[in-house]
Amino acid sequence: MIRLFKDPKFQEKVVFLFLFLATLIIIVPVVLVIALIVARGSSVLSWEFLTAMPRMGMRAGGIFPAIVGTSYLVAGTLIFALPIGIFSAIYLSEYSRRNALTRLIELAIVNLAGVPSVVYGLFGLGLFVLFLKFGASILAGSLTLGVMVLPVIVTASREALQSVPKTFREVSYSLGATRWQTIRHAVLPHALPGILTGAVLSLSRAAGETAPILFTVAAFYLPRLPKSVFDQAMALPYHLYVLSTQVPNVKLELQYGTALVLVGLVVIANLVAAVIRGYFRVKKQW
Amino acid sequence: MRKYYEFVVEGLIFASGIASIIFVLLIFIFLLKEGLMVFRDVGLFDFLFGKFWYPISEPPRLGILPLILGSLWVTVGATIISVPLGIACAIFIGEIAPGWLREILKAGVELLAAIPSIVLGFIGLVTLVPLVKKFFGLPTGLTAIAGSIMLAFMAMPTIVSIMEDALNAVPKGYREGSIAMGATKWQTIHRIVLPSASSGIIAAVMLGIGRVIGETMAVMMITGNAAVIPHTFFQPVRTMTATIAAEMGETVQGSEHYFALFAIGIVLFAITFLVNLLADLSLHRKPVRA
Repeated sequence: MIRLFKDPKFQEKVVFLFLFLATLIIIVPVVLVIALIVARGSSVLSWEFLTAMPRMGMRAGGIFPAIVGTSYLVAGTLIFALPIGIFSAIYLSEYSRRNALTRLIELAIVNLAGVPSVVYGLFGLGLFVLFLKFGASILAGSLTLGVMVLPVIVTASREALQSVPKTFREVSYSLGATRWQTIRHAVLPHALPGILTGAVLSLSRAAGETAPILFTVAAFYLPRLPKSVFDQAMALPYHLYVLSTQVPNVKLELQYGTALVLVGLVVIANLVAAVIRGYFRVKKQW
Repeated sequence: MRKYYEFVVEGLIFASGIASIIFVLLIFIFLLKEGLMVFRDVGLFDFLFGKFWYPISEPPRLGILPLILGSLWVTVGATIISVPLGIACAIFIGEIAPGWLREILKAGVELLAAIPSIVLGFIGLVTLVPLVKKFFGLPTGLTAIAGSIMLAFMAMPTIVSIMEDALNAVPKGYREGSIAMGATKWQTIHRIVLPSASSGIIAAVMLGIGRVIGETMAVMMITGNAAVIPHTFFQPVRTMTATIAAEMGETVQGSEHYFALFAIGIVLFAITFLVNLLADLSLHRKPVRA
């Protein structure tokens, strides 16, 4: 028996079994959570649920304004963060040298990625809502979320740009193209899939976050659609928060339904990102 | 004309390049601008180590020690659970699982990362909290332990994916050399791969902890939110993040309470800044490589 435990082959089997069990402890709950949301949420999922206003203090009716609000927020976030993020990645990949400034930018990006989401909420409240006087509005929320997703876009785009072979650039320069022409025509098109992936991932992040929009945009109950970027709006994650903790006697099914729509949105976004990645990996010719 | 156009574009590129630095500074400045105001009324020491958080009593008592300890308990619990599991999972996915299984497991971990924290909070509220209550025979399931379990899961994707990258970065030759000497696969992983990937593993753990400290919504929903100094894992606690999220909506702008919430933001910002800095330094340490 003791000899068995000293046998490295046997030890290996035992250890691998434990590692496998540890992996299961992580993966099985994920599957269960998704299954639970789908099973219980799909019972309320209907055309009416998706396209009607909430009624009776949100205890009945649909979640249409929350879906619209989240769509506006996501669109606003991308309009703000995509150009800055991509340009920032171009700077890091094509222009910057290995020096202190670059290192500082990298540290700043790492740090932005690590700032707690509720601190982004405070920042948005302080800068956009109060200092710039946007009020609690779609504009303020989008800008706050935009700063939050910036590191996602920069990191993905930079990786995509850097994976374009050097020879592409050299050929372009040798034909007399300027630096910007080279980037624009010889590098960017090939980095596009990676950049798109980053954009889709940041979209799903922006759609799912609650804390940054708590004080910058979210309306508790607003059964009409926002008219301008200076309006407050409902949003899916905040709506789920309100339903599950703030309003008494909400049918659990409504909460599962809202969770399902939110998770569905996010998972579809991630699938799209995976497909883009996979499709272009196959197509890539270098 | 073309020169002019390029000059403008390259100007924009440079401006965007340093945008990240500017945003970090802006966050810091605006937290300080509002947060430092609280120290007109409360001393730094009394703020950090005051034992009572009664923000709306008259006069308000603004000691955040219960909140710091709340965050600490939940974070320590989550770390104890998630670090061993996360490391084990990363080893299994990165070194042991066959190709097809690896892809499935990786997709599972990515899925976990993608689920919004509010959804996990909701699911935790309706499943985990009653379970904790029943299992430990407690008067309420809304406790630090429930928060720790929940947060452990939320930290897992960070730990697993960064550690897996670290394992991938270990040159193949190391493994081949070890196997050629007659070592088993586990001996190779244990003695060769893990030590070579150690700085990446430290970074993975640090970033996981950073994620846990900053997590807000799920933790607010399932830890019970009692701002008292906790003594066990089985009582309600309130974290710094949850305090900001729960109270900012109800406070009067410009009140002491309002400034105090921003000051908590400074504390959080400082902690995550430090954690991320350490993780980054660990990742950029000169690799010991042949």
